[in-house]
Amino acid sequence: MQNIEQQTIETNTDFEVRSLDAICVNESHLEHKWYHNLKYVAVGIAFGIVFVKAEIISWFRIQEMFRLQSFHMYGVIGSAVIVGMISVFLIKIFNVKTIYGETIEFHPKAFNKGQIYGGLLFGLGWAITGACPGPLFAQIGSGASVIIITLLSATLGTWVYGYIREKLPH
Amino acid sequence: MNIIEIIKQPWPWYIAGPLIGLTVPTLLLIGNKSFGISSSLRHVCAACIPANIPFFKYDWKKEIWNLFFVSGIFFGGMIAAYLLANPNQVIVHPTLAIELEKYGITDFSGLVPVQLFNWSNVLTLKGFLMLVVGGFMVGFGTRYAGGCTSGHAIMGLSTLQWPSLVATCCFMLGGFIMANFILPFILSL
Repeated sequence: MQNIEQQTIETNTDFEVRSLDAICVNESHLEHKWYHNLKYVAVGIAFGIVFVKAEIISWFRIQEMFRLQSFHMYGVIGSAVIVGMISVFLIKIFNVKTIYGETIEFHPKAFNKGQIYGGLLFGLGWAITGACPGPLFAQIGSGASVIIITLLSATLGTWVYGYIREKLPH
Repeated sequence: MNIIEIIKQPWPWYIAGPLIGLTVPTLLLIGNKSFGISSSLRHVCAACIPANIPFFKYDWKKEIWNLFFVSGIFFGGMIAAYLLANPNQVIVHPTLAIELEKYGITDFSGLVPVQLFNWSNVLTLKGFLMLVVGGFMVGFGTRYAGGCTSGHAIMGLSTLQWPSLVATCCFMLGGFIMANFILPFILSL
């Protein structure tokens, strides 16, 4: 009995990873040696440099965005979305494969109320810290060592969410 | 101005935005990966403190690329700040500068206001709210929403997912409420 239960939890967890977190999930079915992951470090470095140089990780830029005092962040996010959209469109119509020859997969994201409650909560936190999760890493790298506290607290927040998840409305 | 000096200036949105947008196809093409960052925190929980919680019982090693990616963001931040640093102060909108001055924030030399975010402030009420409580809301909220600005606003909208549009609107609404109505009280503590 317990064995079956255990198994259900495990398979079900995988299902939930996909249904609630279709975004940010590794779609590749291939297995590679660890050093293949170094290419993600390279993309991350480029990304982190853009974050700092365009001041996206600046607390001041985020405050200006939420006070409608500057177009900068809207321009960044808007043009990023447009470029992303065109890229995804091109990948889909030309059925572009990965460098390993795999078909690129997209998983539709299911709606749940968490996107509203969680979204609002994240928005509140974003305006206080001036950072979403990505910029936290770049801020620490750029020398704001105290942001380690914010990152640890964000990790704790993620953990507490996992802990009380069953009791939350979704 | 030579090229290095130009790179050291703050980059305009029409350079930075498209570069960020290109991260989406880059990650897809080099390994079928969906762009997203907040999941890295979940993988850290799953790897370090799973505590038998079903939400953290999955094969995090399969997602380890995400941790390599965020470590790259850390190094990128370091390279940009130490090798390509802007020699001038961060330019702040005059209205914001006047408002912040009321709360004693006058130092605009860093990307984060050093008068708020520093180690000696961690245990003051204001510092605790901004660093610890703020961070907690970011971590809890992104996971509850199933993604952050990258996963929902950029990747989600790029793939035309309407739930991501709902999430993005809620991020913005939460931010507007905090910045305009709640943060002034926190800053005046």
